[in-house]
Amino acid sequence: MASAAETARQAERADVRSRWLLSTPALLIILVAAIGPLFVMLAYSFMVKGDYGDVKFGQFSLDGWFSVFFSRDIFDDTVGLADAHLSIFWRSVKLSLITTLLTLGLGFPTAYFIATRPASTREVWVFLITIPFWTNLLIRTFAMQEVIRNEGILNTLMMWLGLIDRPVQLMYTDVAILFGMVYVYLPLMVLPLYASMEKLDFRLVEAGYDLYATRLRVLWRIIIPLVRPGIVAGSILVFIPSLGAYVTPRVLGGGKNMMLGNLIELQFGAGRNWPLGAALSITLMAIVMLALLVYVRNAARSGAQHV
Amino acid sequence: MPEKPDRNAIEVRNVSKIFGSGDARFAALDRVSVNIRENEFFTLLGPSGCGKTTLLRLIAGFDFPSEGEIFLYGDDIAPLPPFRRPVNTVFQSYALFPHMTVAQNIGFGLEMLGKPKAEVEARVTQMLKLVRMEQLAGRRTSQISGGQQQRVALARALAPQPKVLLLDEPLSALDYKLRKDMQIELKTLQHETGITFIFVTHDQEEALTMSDRIAVMSAGKILQVGSPRDIYDRPAERFVADFIGESNFLPAAIVSTAGNLATVRLASGAEIPASLPDGFAPKGDVSIVVRPEHAQLAKPEGAALAGTVETVVYLGTDTHFHLKLDSGEPFIVRRQNARGHTDRFVAGNRVGLLIPADSAQVLKD
Repeated sequence: MASAAETARQAERADVRSRWLLSTPALLIILVAAIGPLFVMLAYSFMVKGDYGDVKFGQFSLDGWFSVFFSRDIFDDTVGLADAHLSIFWRSVKLSLITTLLTLGLGFPTAYFIATRPASTREVWVFLITIPFWTNLLIRTFAMQEVIRNEGILNTLMMWLGLIDRPVQLMYTDVAILFGMVYVYLPLMVLPLYASMEKLDFRLVEAGYDLYATRLRVLWRIIIPLVRPGIVAGSILVFIPSLGAYVTPRVLGGGKNMMLGNLIELQFGAGRNWPLGAALSITLMAIVMLALLVYVRNAARSGAQHV
Repeated sequence: MPEKPDRNAIEVRNVSKIFGSGDARFAALDRVSVNIRENEFFTLLGPSGCGKTTLLRLIAGFDFPSEGEIFLYGDDIAPLPPFRRPVNTVFQSYALFPHMTVAQNIGFGLEMLGKPKAEVEARVTQMLKLVRMEQLAGRRTSQISGGQQQRVALARALAPQPKVLLLDEPLSALDYKLRKDMQIELKTLQHETGITFIFVTHDQEEALTMSDRIAVMSAGKILQVGSPRDIYDRPAERFVADFIGESNFLPAAIVSTAGNLATVRLASGAEIPASLPDGFAPKGDVSIVVRPEHAQLAKPEGAALAGTVETVVYLGTDTHFHLKLDSGEPFIVRRQNARGHTDRFVAGNRVGLLIPADSAQVLKD
């Protein structure tokens, strides 16, 4: 006769088996649709580029990775840094950071406003925040073009108000890209910020005032430390997609002001350099992973504080 | 104003607080005036919704009065924000900062006042000692028990040496035993620090145990202010008598009045002496109140009132006799179960009721 411990072990094994069985479909999809392509990309980045796109299978080459960082002069064959790529990397990181800071600056008061409304109206405000998601990103971006172009709403309004004499060139500048990205990613900042502010005990704010902290000090010493998880989550949610943004810089930034997403698209399209495109994509992923690593360590630290 | 030994720490003059407007208009406080003396343990007592917490929040500065003035040692503080008032609060939920240690919580107020670091540290050490929390200085506030959190909240509010300490039902989250201990501890602390305490509670026993004076509140008004003994022995209104302790109400008619004393005629025709509330000289029919432990059971012959025992409830320390008087009113007598009672009363007995001098009080309503 099996002992009680033996029976328990058997039951546990059966339990584990059924759990694996239940998660198999999901695991398969992740494997085939998410992880699989990553390996394809990794493999492509180490192959020789095809003459009309694609790659030459089985022909190993480091050219793709080499061109991410370096360029060979076509006349004298000397090797230099790939200034064009590096400046696009830098631009992407810079614009994404600025976007993150701007959305944080605009999103924080917005989230605070919503979180301090009566419970009955909060949901209405949150609902309003999500309305832009109902429309396709491309259409919204073209609408933004209508707002900021030389004869657009913004310039017309400023001229009518007498603020400027002639239209300010916004289209096809970094400012236009920032306009578009802040607009697109603002909800992604507001929602996690709101989620952590909603949990904030506003009696702590009163306690701060009671203990002689002015409004600004209550903000710095009490509100911000307590909603930090929301700030970190919102920043990550904005920074990552900003870094890979494609539509916004393409439509509002024109051909000159490329970001990483556009550079990658170029390699798979007109550039016909798939290994380089694959290597660039993996580099982008590495940057994102780095940002996430910082986030996880941050979250772990602030989590430890609250337990 | 000349300095008197019992000068006022807080003067509330004709303060009203209106919430909402139109049909939803609601007066949480209705022209309230009260003086709170220096170094006194003052309690605002009343059921929930009576306005006691609203009054406390007006003094703290979290809300502003719709009308009226609030003076702190003669200065009008009503328009000042809370961080400009030398007044600190112990919150009902403690509201300790979860992202700071016990010591950081206690030092926060002093730090915000811009005190030098050394002074803050010295004062924090002193406060930790005062509330016996030295060992837990480095703990997070989520890692300590409810009673300990309570003491940290107290130390945090006392550290900046406020002129007045406001306490908003600070003991309500503690269990019975701890609450009893904290009541004594708070009272001792108030004595040691010499700070004026304004304590809000709905617990009459707590109010009687701790206070120097009590203000009984109902529906946005202060009904009576007095020492615990005043409030208990000389309730001026039916609500006060009913809210604090148990009461027997009897109809009576005024026969004559002289100063604070009246002679009243009861339904049985007997005439007994009764006290009058200050400045109240009624005529005709009134109500009087008699505390259950002040009335005595006796033989029916020659007693002021007579009736029948309906139920006898034994409660260990004392026994409650539920009577039905000949006039039809119910009446409860509480008698301590001391040794040596020779007379025994059981349900169905006819008994007399003696109301000794100084145990009946005429009510204003």
